[in-house]
Amino acid sequence: MSAPLLAVRGVKTFYGKIIALKGVDVDVNPGEIVTMIGANGAGKSTLMMTIFGAPQAREGTIAYDGRDITKLPSHEIARLGIAQSPEGRRIFPRMTVYENLQMGAAVRDFAHFEEDLETICQLFPRVRERLQQRGGTLSGGEQQMVAIARALMARPKLLLLDEPSLGLAPLIVKQIFEAIRELNRTQGLTVFLVEQNAFHALKLAHRGYVMVNGVITMSGTGKNLLADPQVRAAYLEGGRH
Amino acid sequence: MANPVSAPAARQLDMKAALKEAAFAALVTFGLCIPIIAWGTRSNMENVLVLDPRWDAVAWAVAIVFVGRFLMALRQQGRSERKSMVRFLPHGTFAFFQRNSRIFSVFGLGFLITFPIIAITLTGWGGALKWIDNFGVQILIYVMLGWGLNIVVGLAGLLDLGYVAFYAVGAYSYALLAQKFGLSFWILLPISGILAAFWGMLLGFPVLRLRGDYLAIVTLAFGEIIRLVLINWTDFSNGYAGISGIPRPSFFGIPFNASDTGFAAVFGLEFSPLYRTIFLYYVILSLALLTAFVTLRLRRLPVGRAWEALREDEIACRSLGINTTNTKLTAFSLGAMFGGFAGSFFAARQGFISPESFVFMESAVILAIVVLGGMGSLWGCAIAAIAMIGGTELLRELEWLKAIFGQDFDPTKYRMLIFGFAMVVIMIWKPRGLISTREPTAFLKEKKAISADMVQEGHG
Repeated sequence: MSAPLLAVRGVKTFYGKIIALKGVDVDVNPGEIVTMIGANGAGKSTLMMTIFGAPQAREGTIAYDGRDITKLPSHEIARLGIAQSPEGRRIFPRMTVYENLQMGAAVRDFAHFEEDLETICQLFPRVRERLQQRGGTLSGGEQQMVAIARALMARPKLLLLDEPSLGLAPLIVKQIFEAIRELNRTQGLTVFLVEQNAFHALKLAHRGYVMVNGVITMSGTGKNLLADPQVRAAYLEGGRH
Repeated sequence: MANPVSAPAARQLDMKAALKEAAFAALVTFGLCIPIIAWGTRSNMENVLVLDPRWDAVAWAVAIVFVGRFLMALRQQGRSERKSMVRFLPHGTFAFFQRNSRIFSVFGLGFLITFPIIAITLTGWGGALKWIDNFGVQILIYVMLGWGLNIVVGLAGLLDLGYVAFYAVGAYSYALLAQKFGLSFWILLPISGILAAFWGMLLGFPVLRLRGDYLAIVTLAFGEIIRLVLINWTDFSNGYAGISGIPRPSFFGIPFNASDTGFAAVFGLEFSPLYRTIFLYYVILSLALLTAFVTLRLRRLPVGRAWEALREDEIACRSLGINTTNTKLTAFSLGAMFGGFAGSFFAARQGFISPESFVFMESAVILAIVVLGGMGSLWGCAIAAIAMIGGTELLRELEWLKAIFGQDFDPTKYRMLIFGFAMVVIMIWKPRGLISTREPTAFLKEKKAISADMVQEGHG
């Protein structure tokens, strides 16, 4: 197998004195969809934010495309071709959707902007309808689509998605996950997905990790994890929707 | 269609409830008035503090609040019934102005350029000085300061309570450099701007990690520090006494005086102090327009968009690869630069500056202009500046009120009361400022401004 696009090795992250990640190893290979599942407060989002440099890991290394990015500031990490759709969507509420997408392309020149906009509007037809509308007036699902679309405007090689299903109706979740699968298949986009919605996430992902209290307890292919009785008991039974 | 069942019951206005409400408001007013209004203080010949009871003033205040509150309560009761409530302006006035903002901009610009001529035509050479200087120049200084601060507060969303510090830096830069080195206004204008921008960055660095209330406190402190340094470092700034005899700007080397080489003589005109004022008017007009032009251009460039994105969501900005450090510093330094321009103009116009001109009240007025105008709106800032500064100047014109209220009546004393009242009214009536819609900077087919009332600020 080729070298991993993203290699997280022994990463420990602290909030002040409190340890949030207790030595995490994660590999994301080019062209893969990898998911990280776990309960509230397991450290999933912390891992996502650590990869993006805020907060920075106190120990361990994070390498992207063979380059150490552990101590880089966020905006420089974004320039390397990693895009993030942060938790809680965080689109710019008073700016129009079009302007939001322009902000997504801020790290690049605007040479391919119209072309990329067209691609993204095909992927998310709803975004096209809403281009002139203010971000804050959109529904939750539409905002999530805009957040992903905005991240994609940077033409990333690696897309980090933090809980894209948060607070969305099951049908919308399905649409969004379908779009992610489509992006991966047609453009070979590498995706690292943090999710609570374990069932959908594991079905979508090639490989998955399970995180408990800042430690990775299990890993394997999406299919195997879905079938695993422990995973089923902890994250799927009763929680399936 | 009115509901036939509930209509008769609701139409009966509940006088008792309204009276109760009004009485309560009056009681609160009475309580507040006792320490604030009920006794006037003065020191008599022996320098002993004397208390003058002013119960008539208290009675007036209580009566005004009682009647006002009573009428408001009645109106609120009626509101649920009648759809058409009394409006200050017909519905859609602001939308109309916004749709045609380009036409109004051209009209406004035309008016501003011809203002001195209009003033001279209407009031003659003697009367025009007051109008051009007190109204024209004074308002334009604040319009420019408002637009400068608008970059920091309105666009980048960094609450700055110490903006007057940069105004002071600009003013003292011009005053000191002009006196010590004899440099001309046109050389020192950009230098003052650069120095102020430098101080803007100096303020920017320590506050990079702060936002909101914390940022406001630090910037407030910064403004006070600059003022206190100017007061106490007497060798440098001459302290409270200030700097006088600051060289006045010349018309590209030709001074405005009555001498043979003066402006009037060179151009074969009769000498009048008005020429200098008119010249200053056009200088500050072009400086203000420069500020507006730069702001409008920058909003369409990546840095301007980054400012606005920063105001909306800093974390999202970082995750999109925007260097928030640089973005904040450019906002601070550019805003400060325009403050510096305005400051050096102020020094050149007054010919005298002292720390008294750069108190916190000035920062508050400039910030009020930005907030009342609607954050980020150039038109809003301009209208608010005209209302606030022009309103203050107008109060001086109300001498005739003395005929009604007696000789001791001084309308300018009520300036702060009127300010406060106007602010409360605007915040009730238009809580997001006069012009609260934000024009998108990028369009697909046509412009479409969306009212801010549709979106809660700062939340998704």
